[in-house]
Amino acid sequence: MNPHSLVSIADLTKEQILHILDQTRYFEDHQGLKILDGKVVATLFFEPSTRTRLSFETAANRLGARVIGFSDANTTSSSKGETLKDTIKMVSNYVDVIVMRHYLEGAARYATEVTDIPIINAGDGSNQHPSQTILDLYSILKTQGRLEDLTISLVGDLKYGRTVHSLIMAMKYFNPNFNFVACDELRMPEEYKQFCVQNGIKFTEHKDFSADVINSSDIIYMTRVQKERFSDIVEYDRVKDLYSLRNSMLVNSRENLRILHPLPRVNEINCDVDDNPKAYYFQQARNGLFARQAIICNALGIDILDYNNR
Amino acid sequence: MANNKSSLAVAALRNGTVIDHIPTNALFKVVKLLDLETSENQLTIGNNLVGASGKKGIIKVADVFLHQDVLNRIAIIAPDAVVNIIKEYEVVEKLKVVLPDSIIGLVKCDNPKCICNNEPMVTRFHVVDMQRGLLRCYYCNHTVNTINATIL
Repeated sequence: MNPHSLVSIADLTKEQILHILDQTRYFEDHQGLKILDGKVVATLFFEPSTRTRLSFETAANRLGARVIGFSDANTTSSSKGETLKDTIKMVSNYVDVIVMRHYLEGAARYATEVTDIPIINAGDGSNQHPSQTILDLYSILKTQGRLEDLTISLVGDLKYGRTVHSLIMAMKYFNPNFNFVACDELRMPEEYKQFCVQNGIKFTEHKDFSADVINSSDIIYMTRVQKERFSDIVEYDRVKDLYSLRNSMLVNSRENLRILHPLPRVNEINCDVDDNPKAYYFQQARNGLFARQAIICNALGIDILDYNNR
Repeated sequence: MANNKSSLAVAALRNGTVIDHIPTNALFKVVKLLDLETSENQLTIGNNLVGASGKKGIIKVADVFLHQDVLNRIAIIAPDAVVNIIKEYEVVEKLKVVLPDSIIGLVKCDNPKCICNNEPMVTRFHVVDMQRGLLRCYYCNHTVNTINATIL
């Protein structure tokens, strides 16, 4: 097991999170550093995720590393019945770090047990996706100038959306005030509300995506309401537009408000929001590049902030 | 009269281990956990026996002195069980079962999408709430209630 692996945001202390965010800022401010020359990064995507894979591969390439891997498990030996353990052990012979996405929950944790090469979890089923959380935190920090004492509204699918769950867990260090906005079918699971109570995190639940919620928010974090989550299609048709953001709804919102979304979006953010300076989701995705550069370097035991003082 | 019958049902043991105060809905899982199904020893299993604090289950295994480590396995489903080690009809030792911090290779994760249900590997749980018997899968983070847990 490699101590630099990143499996879950919950494994990181406040100091570790802040340190990665400092490193992320450094990479944004100093682009074109070729500090990973000679390193090989594997991106093992057992389920397709174009966005995350491109982001990790670009992050590695821009730092001068070479990338090997696959983007679909159907083209690999796992389709022949090879175990995950064997795939990881085999690839470990070739590379310095493994970035993996898997459809099974806990796959990345298990992978850390079978190799000494650092593992970066790029999503395991509906469980964890820590690089998304780091880039979300970085986007919040960058747009608000702080992480402390912010009002954050999480909107849409709060039941299955792993990004919102991880964000809550990471924000526990920063005294947030959460609005949970969702229909009954997709409301925040009890265990995460319990987590908030245990950690003294303030939250309010809403069924309406109301002006009050919007106008009191520093961050609105939109998520996609997915059709396949509903057993009753009539119910989906009823709620799908209730949690959709239009530009006209932002008229009285705070000046510092920014709209985040992990993407891809469908109709939960109307295109007329895109030109509003408060729309931040595309920059948010760009921040992911720098966050992943910091995460890859960390996994390799390279601290860019120390590296440059040498 | 009823009392006499009840005590007859759980007749005295000369040598061996008595596990008392097992929740009635956990009794047969305890039998499985302790691997008693294949035991050749004389075995007495009683359930729904009326004790001071309601109905309970009891298991008596003749001529076997179960070790604390083995007994602790049952703590996940019978946390209040009391174990009596009997020698020559006398209780020579009274043990409480102790719930370990992690439970390895005993419980099946009920999440079909968990890696541990899809790879040849050993399951691993952390005890998150001893009172309510809640275990969390180390891999997928799903919580399992011990009383509903499938024992491997």
